Amino acid sequence: MKAKIHVTLKQGILDPQGKAIEHALDSLGFNHASNVRVGKYMEVDLDETDRAKADAQVKRMCEQLLANTVIEEYRYDLQ
Amino acid sequence: MKIGIVVFPGSNCDHDCAYVFKDVLGQSVEMIWHKATLLAGLDAIVLPGGFSYGDYLRTGAIARFSPVMGAVRAFAEKGGLVIGICNGFQILLEAGLLPGVMLRNTSLNFICKDVYVKVENAATRFTHCCESGRVLRIPIAHADGNYYTDPVTLGGIKANAQVIFRYCTADGKVTPAANPNGSLDNIAGIMNADGNVLGMMPHPERSAESVLGNEDGRLIFLSMLSAFGTSEIQAGLVGA
Repeated sequence: MKAKIHVTLKQGILDPQGKAIEHALDSLGFNHASNVRVGKYMEVDLDETDRAKADAQVKRMCEQLLANTVIEEYRYDLQ
Repeated sequence: MKIGIVVFPGSNCDHDCAYVFKDVLGQSVEMIWHKATLLAGLDAIVLPGGFSYGDYLRTGAIARFSPVMGAVRAFAEKGGLVIGICNGFQILLEAGLLPGVMLRNTSLNFICKDVYVKVENAATRFTHCCESGRVLRIPIAHADGNYYTDPVTLGGIKANAQVIFRYCTADGKVTPAANPNGSLDNIAGIMNADGNVLGMMPHPERSAESVLGNEDGRLIFLSMLSAFGTSEIQAGLVGA
């Protein structure tokens, strides 16, 4: 099973990289692009066929290491 | 006094810290590889600056799972003095030994320059050689020093006098313009509630010797030494 994990800054947390990209888009003429947020994407292969167990594992990975839940939130798909 | 200096893969201020404690202040120093799991006979531990694990994922996020961190946590829980400088501060945050997180600097730049910080609490084992409100000039060198925490935690650490250093002007005014990285409330250094774990972004080991043109950082180390009753004579400072 493969987990596809997105980690992003929570709403309200300043994202200086997103702001810089937004300004760059603006200078390229994409004037209607706004609220750019930068995040991380990770793929993890799991030696697990039980979906519920895989789900629990990925959740623990995110909580313990992959995201810092003070400032970040995560979501994932299992395939 | 015996100081343990933890060396992670990617630490690069470890020898600067060792030099200050050993050669400048005349103390005994032990370098501790991050695989160590037992720490014995130490009076204080330094988590030095650098780029542990290449800053992968988040600064300090992987170092906090190094084998040595279990022993560092146990040492801190028994009341041992722990100071984390720059990357060491980031590791203490990720490990939950101090509250909050570091965000990218608002400018997105790696900032390396002297800054001024105000000593907000001089009644600590890390700052009692300073008078309250003292302004120290100490260099910073980081890309992720933008301190952040939730409002409740911030209120708590302020009320409990755990904010130890704040970025300020040369004459001690805490202003937005004096904030180099966007840190919440100009915070440059905080302490845990028990007063034995300090994290600070500025590098006192880079300003601890007159030949470097600045000795302000030395006050932090002298405070730690005198917390152990090591006088300046014992520290080899008289006549130095």
